[in-house]
Formats: sequence, C-alpha cells, structure tokens
Amino acid sequence: MLGYILRRLLATIPVLLIVAVLVFLMLRMTPGDPAAVIAGDNASTAQIAAIRAKLGLDQPIIAQFAIWAGNLLQGNLGESFFFKKTIGELILGRIEPTLSLAVFTMAIAICVAIPLGVLAAYKHGSWIDRVVMGFSVLGFSVPVFVIGYLLIYVFAITLGWFPVQGYQPISAGFGGFIQRLTLPAVTLSVIYIALIARMTRASVLEVLSEDYIRTARAKGQVERKILFRHALKNAAVPIVTVVGIGIALLIGGVVVTESVFAIPGLGRLTVDAVLARDYPTIQAVILLFSVVYVAVNLGIDLVYCLFDPRIRY
Amino acid sequence: MTLRWKSFAVAAALLAGSSLAGMPTAQAQTTMKVVMHSDVKIVDPIWTTAYIVRNHGYMIYDTLFALDDKGEVKPQMVETFTESPDKLTYKFTLRDGLLWHDGKPVTSEDCIASIKRWSARDPIGQKLMTFVDGITADDARSFTVKLKSSTGLLIFGLGKPSSNVPFMMPKRVAETDPNTQISEFIGSGPFVLKTDEWKPGDKIVYTKFKDYKPRAEPASGLAGGKVAKIDRIEWLAVSDQQQAVNALLAGEIDMIEQPSFDLIPLLKADKAIKLIDYNPLGLQYTLRPNHTIKPFDNPKIRQALTYALNQKDFLEAVVGNPDYYKTCKAMFICGSPMASEKGMDGLLESNFNKSKELLKEAGYDGTPVVLLHSTDLQTLTNLAPVAKQLMEKGGFKVDMQSSDWQSVVARRVRKTPVADGGWNAMLTAWVSADVLNPVMAGFFNASCDKAAFGWPCDEQMEKLRDDFARETDPAKQKAITEAVQMRWREVVTHVHLGQYTVPIATRQNISGILTAAAPVFWNLEKK
Repeated sequence: MLGYILRRLLATIPVLLIVAVLVFLMLRMTPGDPAAVIAGDNASTAQIAAIRAKLGLDQPIIAQFAIWAGNLLQGNLGESFFFKKTIGELILGRIEPTLSLAVFTMAIAICVAIPLGVLAAYKHGSWIDRVVMGFSVLGFSVPVFVIGYLLIYVFAITLGWFPVQGYQPISAGFGGFIQRLTLPAVTLSVIYIALIARMTRASVLEVLSEDYIRTARAKGQVERKILFRHALKNAAVPIVTVVGIGIALLIGGVVVTESVFAIPGLGRLTVDAVLARDYPTIQAVILLFSVVYVAVNLGIDLVYCLFDPRIRY
Repeated sequence: MTLRWKSFAVAAALLAGSSLAGMPTAQAQTTMKVVMHSDVKIVDPIWTTAYIVRNHGYMIYDTLFALDDKGEVKPQMVETFTESPDKLTYKFTLRDGLLWHDGKPVTSEDCIASIKRWSARDPIGQKLMTFVDGITADDARSFTVKLKSSTGLLIFGLGKPSSNVPFMMPKRVAETDPNTQISEFIGSGPFVLKTDEWKPGDKIVYTKFKDYKPRAEPASGLAGGKVAKIDRIEWLAVSDQQQAVNALLAGEIDMIEQPSFDLIPLLKADKAIKLIDYNPLGLQYTLRPNHTIKPFDNPKIRQALTYALNQKDFLEAVVGNPDYYKTCKAMFICGSPMASEKGMDGLLESNFNKSKELLKEAGYDGTPVVLLHSTDLQTLTNLAPVAKQLMEKGGFKVDMQSSDWQSVVARRVRKTPVADGGWNAMLTAWVSADVLNPVMAGFFNASCDKAAFGWPCDEQMEKLRDDFARETDPAKQKAITEAVQMRWREVVTHVHLGQYTVPIATRQNISGILTAAAPVFWNLEKK
C-alpha cells in the first residue's frame, strides 16, 4: 500500500509539470496585456512599456518560465500583478470559503441523496422511484443560477430566513457562518443530490440482484440491515467516486455560485485573475486545482479498499 | 450514537446562540455597506486612472483645491493663496492643523512631492509642468510655484476632479517612482483605510478619521467641509448585479453606486429605496478611430463617421430609459461651462447619403473596418453592434470583432495593421468630469505618438490646446474651445455618442448624498 501511494505521488510530478507548462504557454498566447490593463486609459505607450518591464513581461517566454519555475521549486508562488499580495496569502485568504462551501454542499448532498437512492432502488418501479428519478432529472436540468435566485427570492427576500449574500468566516461565529452558507450550499447540492441519488440507485439495484443478498434474505436478515450493511457497502465504490470527484469539482469550479452569493472564494479569485490577465495568480490557482484533483483521485482509490476488501494495491 | 448526535446539536445551538448574542455589541457604531461599480484591487490613484481607485482616493486623501457643485474650483487643503500681478508666481498656505492618518502634520514638502508625482502621470499635470519653472517650500505650511508663462491650468489642475486627481500624500510615499505602485496608504482625508481588513475580491473597509479637520464651509461637491458622519464604510465586492439589488431590497446593504439600467424598475417599485442622480453631468460615450492606418488615416473618411452616426440609437440601445440619457452635440458636455454646439450643424444625424458621398470622394475601397466589440461590460456591450449597423448604412464595410474588455484594452494600444492584430475603431465611455475642456479630454490630444491610442496627429489642434492652457480668461477659453470644435470637424479625433447618467440607489434611511463629479461618503448620514 505504501509503495502504491509513493508511486502515485511520484506520478503526479509529470502531471503537474505538463499542467504548469500548458497553463504558462496558453496564458501567453491569450490576447490581453496585464500592463495595458494596469496602466489604464490615459497611459502612453512608454508608460505601458515601463510597467511591462517592471513585471518582467518584456523578457522572452523561456526566461519568464525559467524564473517562475525556479521560484515555484523554492515554494514561492510569486506575487499577484494586481492584488499586491503574495499568491500564497491570496490563496490562503480564499480557501476557507471555498472549502467550507464544498464540504457543506457535499454533506447535504450525501445526507439527502444516499437515502433517496437506496429508497428508490428498494422501491424500484414504484411511484417513490419515479419521484426520486424525476427530481434527479430536474436537478441536472435546471441551471445553478436559476435555483440560486429562486431560493434567494423565497428564503431570503420573502421569508427573510437567510441573508441574501456574503460570507462570514467560522471564526466570526458559527451561527452566522452556517446561516450565510446554507443557501449557496443548498443551491449547489441540488445537482450533486441528483447525481449521487442516481448513482446510488443504480449501484444498489445491481447489488440487490446478487446471490449473497438472496442468501441474507433466506437467512432471515431484516431488510434495513440487508440494505445498509450489505447492499450499500458493496455499492459504495462508484458512489465514493462520484462524491470524491464532486468535492474536487466544487473546490475548482464553484464560480457561478460564488458570484451569485458574493462568496470570496477561489472560484471568484480565478475569474477576477483571468479578467485582469493576472498571470501569476492564474498559474498558481490552476496548479492548485490540479493538485486537488490528483490528491482527491488518490484519496478515492485508497477509500475503495475500505469498502471492498477485494481491492488491493 | 443518538446521544452523541444530540450532544453535537446542543453544542452547535449553543455556539450559534453565543455568536448571535455577540452581534449587537459589534454593531454599536454606524456602518454603511455599499456595492461600488467595481472591486478595488489597486489602491494607488496616481498609478492608475481607474474610476474605482479615484473613488477610493477621495475616501482617504485630500486635495489642495476641489470642484464645488457649481463647477468652480475652491481651496480645500489650501487656506489662502496669492497670485502675482504678472500671474507668474503663486504662493499657497496650507490650513493649520492638517494631519496625516499616522498623526504627523501635513507639510508643504509633502504637497510638493505629491504634485510632482501626480504631474508625472496625469496629462494635465504633464502639460502644467511645461509652464512651471519651479516649486519651492517657503516654510512648513507654505510653498511657491513659479511659472515660465501664465496659465489657467495651475489652479484648475490642482482642483482636477477626476482621474488622475492630484491627491496629497506624505513625502516619503509621494517620492515613490510614478511607475511603481505605492505600498503605504496614508492620507489626510476624512476616512482611514483599514489595511488589515482589506480583502481584494471581498471588501475594502474605511473608518472615520477622528482627527480630520474639515473646512468651515458646508460641503459642496468635492469642496467645502468634509464631515464624516458614518463611523465605518464597507465597499463590498458583489459581482452579480441582480444579487446586489436583492441585497439592497433585503436591507443587507445600504447603497449601490451604479445599478444596472435593466434592474432600476425593480428598485423604483420598492418604497424603501430611493434613486439619486448625484452626478448630473454623467458620462459620455465615444467612438475612437485609429488615425495611423487605413482607412481612418484619411480625414475625409473619419468625417463620414460624423455623418453616418447619431447619438440616440446608441443611447437607446445601452441606456434605454430617456430619464437617464440625453443627446448632446456639444463636444464638451452639455450643462458644463465650455459646452457649445458651434460647428455641429448637420452632424450626428445619420445622414447616410452624405456619408456615402464623402466615402466616394475619399476613394474608400470597401476594405472592412475592424471594429472592436467588448462583450463583458454591460455599459459598453451594445455600442459596437449599433455602430456596425449605422456605419454599414453609411457605406462602410464593418468587421466587428468580439472579445472581453481586457482584450480590447490590450489590443487598442497596437498600431500594427489589422492583419497583425491592429484595429480601426473602438468604443468607450468617459466620465464627463474628464472631458470638460480640450486639455482635459484625452481624445483631443493630437500629438501623434504621444497621444492616447488612436494617435491623432494635428499641429493646429495642438496649438489650440496650448492656447487654451495659456489662457486664464474664461470667456477667451470658451472661444478657443469653439475653435477646437471647428478644427475637430475637420480632423475628427473621435466621435461623441451622447451623455448618460447612472443614479445611485440607496435605502431611504441614507441622507446627505452630495452632487459631485465622483461619489463621496462624507456628509452622509444613516438613521
């Protein structure tokens, strides 16, 4: 197992290197000049050139890459062109809202979707199954911002139960933290509830037709135990995959929800950085997202062993 | 297991309760939450011309002079000033008791360094410095400016209301290279920047500067007594306009600086909200041709633009509500002292036949004009499609190329042919406070390579602008302005596409909003 983990960790190095090179090259090929953005409307060509020189953008691409890669190897992600902060500080300041939103969203999704999926599988073909699958289709089909605005209208503006927007760190009070995170997390969870419920239903249905389930029933095991101890555990591998990938996606891509609910997370940082052509920030954030994906994938593979002892590395 | 969950729920409820119980104490001071038109990422108002940074500047810095609500320049940090009979020597004395936010006194040396840094970046500052022989400190509170020849730009420039505003900074800060951003944010204005709470992408926080010494006069525009009546002001970064409106309707925020036009009916329908037109001069839309490459290197083809286009179509497409726009043929902003319609007869009326006639006379060969279209700024997005349609009706062939605004910004500084990434025309907007006369208005600068993107090149226009800079008599300045407008008709540096205003939306409990060229937060009260 330890050897497997080490091999997987070593395998991430070329992945990250390829991502780093691709992101670096793509940014330089994209139209847009950070110096012109920074300089503003009244700037002369000379002033823009001076800013380019100051940022090191007048150097050949290979030299720019070498400097960036050198700093990266020393653990220095660089400084943002615009925010006048180190990238490390920027990311640290933005990671809490994104992580909180991702964890809260997945917690809601898991708590709702898995029982629903199991129930739909158990009541296969009944009206309950049809309702759950109907909700699942709806969850996939309705865009996140529509659900967001709908929830805001009902629960924030009409009923006044939750704030419309904003984020409060957990250090400023747990009540406010949960209150502000609820609507965005519920909004985001809809699609994951749909996804996980479908996956759970399909996996549990498959397992329910296995011989060992029939044996358990023949031995007189109660249905609840059969469902949750035998069927669900054996159906868990694809569910874990969906949950894991879901967390990675949430960390890397909750741009719309963060924008709608004004949550200062990594998604909005990425969009702001892209619009401002803030190369160092974009490079660092995309690298971070790659690391998250790799780590989550590794985590998923390791968790498989817990649910299915037949899997060995 | 059940017991454990119950314990967790009790603990969570206690935590939530304790955090909520703590809230009233934290809100004892008056706090105002505002959604501005953009997030503040840069905080050096001399380094960038971005309007959000100018607005930030007005929070923490003060100016030597300032524009009042009648458009007149009044002393601000300056207590008295004298002008020699030959108008070549000006002596300024600062008000007594002015302090920086770190408690140190404001000195004349600080102001001299600030003027020098500002003038290195700002077009009016640069022009002003061509008249200045020297600036010297007489004592801690007084300094003298000696001119080579007289100019109306000195007092006007020091009271310039919009980007770049000559904000005063401590000498050690103002001595920062003008091409490098400052790293210390100490002003002498009515509010203090809370650097520890500034989170780009989330919020920027200002608190009242308790030792600020306001002028005795009542507040008027950007001038007069700047009395901060609210303890804490938070500018929140809410990128979604609908969400900003929702937050205002729900009372979570107190103000939106620039609500989008399509959401204004929602705000108007709520009695708890009021809309205030704080800047009646508003903004001006502009089409800028690139003078350095075909076809707009030919003045006759640029003249065709002034016949093909009209203002109403643009304003209806972008603003839509006639309460918030007006057509105005005067180049220098209707409602301001230099406004005149001289020389504008027959122009901007979509006379397509005349446009085609001029194109024919100029030998326009039908080469498509590359028109840059920005797609991500709500206030600009609809301009290019209207321009394309009107230009095509006027005989042009138009290749409208769409991209995000930052790509337009990067591309517009390229002088290369269109095949190599160049461009022929682009559209933008100016705050009227930046377009009040021929020296201020950047698009009238016709000094070839030294001019702003588009690079017009016309000696006569430059001579007229110099004449304006030298003149101190307002009546004669107006005459020069009209001459500029007549020359513009020949060279067509750019085409103005009408004026519009954007109201501020606030909750009814906010009062004291001042009529000014920029949104300011002194004088505001929250009940």
